[in-house]
Amino acid sequence: MIMAKDQKEKSGQTLESRRGFLKKLWIGLGFVALIEMAGLIVAYLRPKKQKPDAETLGRIITAGPADDFEKGSVTAFRRGQFYLIRLDDGGFMALSRKCTHLGCTVPWVASEKKFICPCHSSVFDINGAVLQSPAPRPLDVFAVMIENSIIKVDTNKKTKRSGFDKSQVVYL
Amino acid sequence: MTSVHAKNKNKGFIYHLHPPRVSQNALKYTHTWGLGGSALVLVLMQIVTGVLLLFVYSPTPEAAYLSITVLQQDVLFGRLVRNLHHWGGNFLIFVIFFHMLRVFFTGAYNGKRKANWWIGLGLFLCVLISNFTGYLLPLDQLSYWAITICTNMFEYIPYIGTMIQKIIIGGAEIGKATLSNFFAIHVALVPMCLAILMPFHFWQVRKAKGVISPADTKGVQKVPSVPHLVTREAAMALAVIAALFLFSVLFNAPLEDKANPGLSPNPTKAPWYFSGLQELLQHFHPSIAVFVIPFLIVLGLICLPYLKFEKATGGIWFLSENGRRMGVVSATIALVFAPMMIVLDEYVLNISRLLPGLPTVLANGLIPVVLTMIFLIGFYQSMKRKYAASAEEGIQAVFIFLLVSFVVLTITGIWFRGLGMALAWPWDLTVNQINSIK
Repeated sequence: MIMAKDQKEKSGQTLESRRGFLKKLWIGLGFVALIEMAGLIVAYLRPKKQKPDAETLGRIITAGPADDFEKGSVTAFRRGQFYLIRLDDGGFMALSRKCTHLGCTVPWVASEKKFICPCHSSVFDINGAVLQSPAPRPLDVFAVMIENSIIKVDTNKKTKRSGFDKSQVVYL
Repeated sequence: MTSVHAKNKNKGFIYHLHPPRVSQNALKYTHTWGLGGSALVLVLMQIVTGVLLLFVYSPTPEAAYLSITVLQQDVLFGRLVRNLHHWGGNFLIFVIFFHMLRVFFTGAYNGKRKANWWIGLGLFLCVLISNFTGYLLPLDQLSYWAITICTNMFEYIPYIGTMIQKIIIGGAEIGKATLSNFFAIHVALVPMCLAILMPFHFWQVRKAKGVISPADTKGVQKVPSVPHLVTREAAMALAVIAALFLFSVLFNAPLEDKANPGLSPNPTKAPWYFSGLQELLQHFHPSIAVFVIPFLIVLGLICLPYLKFEKATGGIWFLSENGRRMGVVSATIALVFAPMMIVLDEYVLNISRLLPGLPTVLANGLIPVVLTMIFLIGFYQSMKRKYAASAEEGIQAVFIFLLVSFVVLTITGIWFRGLGMALAWPWDLTVNQINSIK
């Protein structure tokens, strides 16, 4: 009698634990499926690489011969969404027109020789350095290349910076 | 009774959401101000006007603005339908905000109503997202730049902010992908969530035995919903619809020039319901203003149902007579204090100048936040002591202080910010400068 009861209990236990194991397995698999779905949705929604066209960033723009730009001048390039700066010492910089505060387009105010953001009145100097907050950092820069005295700007990559220094300026 | 049951056999489903009998006490208008029902009416209106708009609107950057002008000029009642949808969305935020206040101040958010508070928060989030995504769709100067600055706020959320921002706008800047995303969220995702959450919300009220009532009204007689409740609901619904139509006939929804990515208007403002947040940006470091403070607010709202009560005060406005007095005092202090701090911070106070060399995250961020925290704790303690109040009355006083301050910030952002977001008087602003409420 005792033996039989023992056996019954034992088999009952294994049945229980088998069922419990399968249940856990199902729940575990369910979680894996959930994570997969979430990953797929994020991957699906991830921005696609846009083909560069006239209005978007992401290509190399030929600005023109270096001599076309006077010293101390700021030229807007609407297509590339940047300003080409020629500093007084003849160096070139390409500044993004996007304010680093909340993304408004910053116009160059020639009479004051400053960039003044219309949205929240951040002010930047000709190097893009912050003269007046709320902007937390200088205007972002694009890489400038000079080939045979022709200025080209690579709008593929915007570089964030914490301050202005000479290494950001490109000379002939 | 049996005959009533037999007659109502087919109404079983409706009775899960709407009660057959209702306590006379719950019928009193000032008990709920009909706010939940008004929100339902407005959502239904939004669905009707939204479907009508869908027939005319085209969600591509080239055609969107044009389709709105066609709607307004060439479609019979097109402008009215757009006005109804525009103002309906704004009304909805307003009504839900007051509905939440009613629920808070009558203590209808804990115990068996805990889950429903969270469902309600979900519904409020849906409505906010819906308003925000809808704001972009006309693709005029107003919507383009408001969405630009709002989506750029994400950059200040540490680690994941930039990723979230990229997914929302679908690229480096607002364009075709952004419009597709916003359109899909606005016309499919949010309505779907609302359709699931709303019946759930009503069923939960039903399960908690109707709207909350004070404990001493348990014995109040119940009356049949038809006609007692239904006629009141119908009257409220008609009043809301009439108010919305009147407003939409009198005021046109704004439509500025077509969006121009090269020209930011001065000033550029967020939609009015985010202008409190934008006002915080004028005073705090961006990481604090758009991440830490909103995070704390959301956390506070989620944790609210865990508040332990000393007494059973459910259904009593402002907890007690004492709570009401403390509320008036807190609101008055906030009404004086908040504008004072805004003006002080704008013209006088400058922690970075007082303590040069300190990083701005500390000077404009951590230090003001810690000072505010210390002030709030002191405020709580002194209010509690002065009025010999319970913990929940003290918390309510702090809540009212914060609430009124936030309303002051919002009003400042809408009507007291002019050129270059400098402080200005409302009567000196042009309509374009107020633009976010126009």
